[in-house]
Amino acid sequence: MSLVTPLNRVLGLGTASGAAEHWWMQRLTAVALIVLGLWAAVELTLLPDFSYRTVFAWVHRPYSAVMLILFVLAVGYHSYLGVQVVVEDYVASKALKVAFLMGSSLAHVGLTIAAIFAILKVAFGPSA
Amino acid sequence: MQGVQRPLSPHLQVYRWQITMWLSSLHRITGLLLSAGAIALAVWLLALAGGPQSYAAVQPLFAAPWFKLPLIGWTFCFFLHFANGVRHLAWDVGAGFEPKQISASGWTVIIVATLATAAFSWLAIV
Repeated sequence: MSLVTPLNRVLGLGTASGAAEHWWMQRLTAVALIVLGLWAAVELTLLPDFSYRTVFAWVHRPYSAVMLILFVLAVGYHSYLGVQVVVEDYVASKALKVAFLMGSSLAHVGLTIAAIFAILKVAFGPSA
Repeated sequence: MQGVQRPLSPHLQVYRWQITMWLSSLHRITGLLLSAGAIALAVWLLALAGGPQSYAAVQPLFAAPWFKLPLIGWTFCFFLHFANGVRHLAWDVGAGFEPKQISASGWTVIIVATLATAAFSWLAIV
C-alpha cells in the first residue's frame, strides 16, 4: 500500500512528462519552419556567391540577421525534439538512452546558442 | 548494453513494403541527417563570425567539389522532410486519411522533393 496517489506516481514518467507540450512544440516549430525554411532556401539561391564578403554582407543586414536567428532557433528546437523521439524509440538500454538524451540536449543548446551568437556578432560588427 | 529480453511480435518483415512505410522511415532518417547538417550550418556561421581568416579556413571544405554531394544530399533531405512534414500537418488536422489520398500525397511528396532538389542544386550548389 503506497501513500502516493496513482496520479502522482505517473506524473513525470513516460507520456505523463509533458507529452502534449512536446507534440505542440514540434508542430509549432514545424509551422514556423515552413516560412523560415523557405526563406532560407530562397535567400541562399539569391546569393551571387559564397565568398566571405558576400555572406558577411548578407548576415550583416538586420532583416536577414533576425530571420536567421529565428531560423536557427526553430531548427534547434525542432531538431532537439526530433532526435529525442528517435533516441527514446530505438535505444533500449536505459543508461545509454539517458546518456544520448543528455548529450543531445547539451549539443543542441550549445550549438544553437553558438550559432545565434555568431549571427549577432556579424550583425552588430563593423561592415566588412 | 542489452535491455530486458522480451518476445517480439512479427514486425516489418511480414508486411509488403508500400509508400507509406518508405516515407515514414525516410521522414525520420532525413530528420536525423538534417540535424547533422545543422552542425555544418553552425560551423559555417561561427567561421563567418570569426573573420576572413577563419572563414578561409573552412572554405576549402565547403567549396570542395566532393562536398557538393553532401550538400545536394542535405538539400534532398530538407525538401523531403519539408514536404512530408506538411503532409503530417494535414493529417494532424484530420485531412487526407483515405488510403488513396495517402498514397497520392506520398507520391506528391517524392515528386515535389525531387524537383525542388534539382532546382535548388542547379541554382545554389552546382
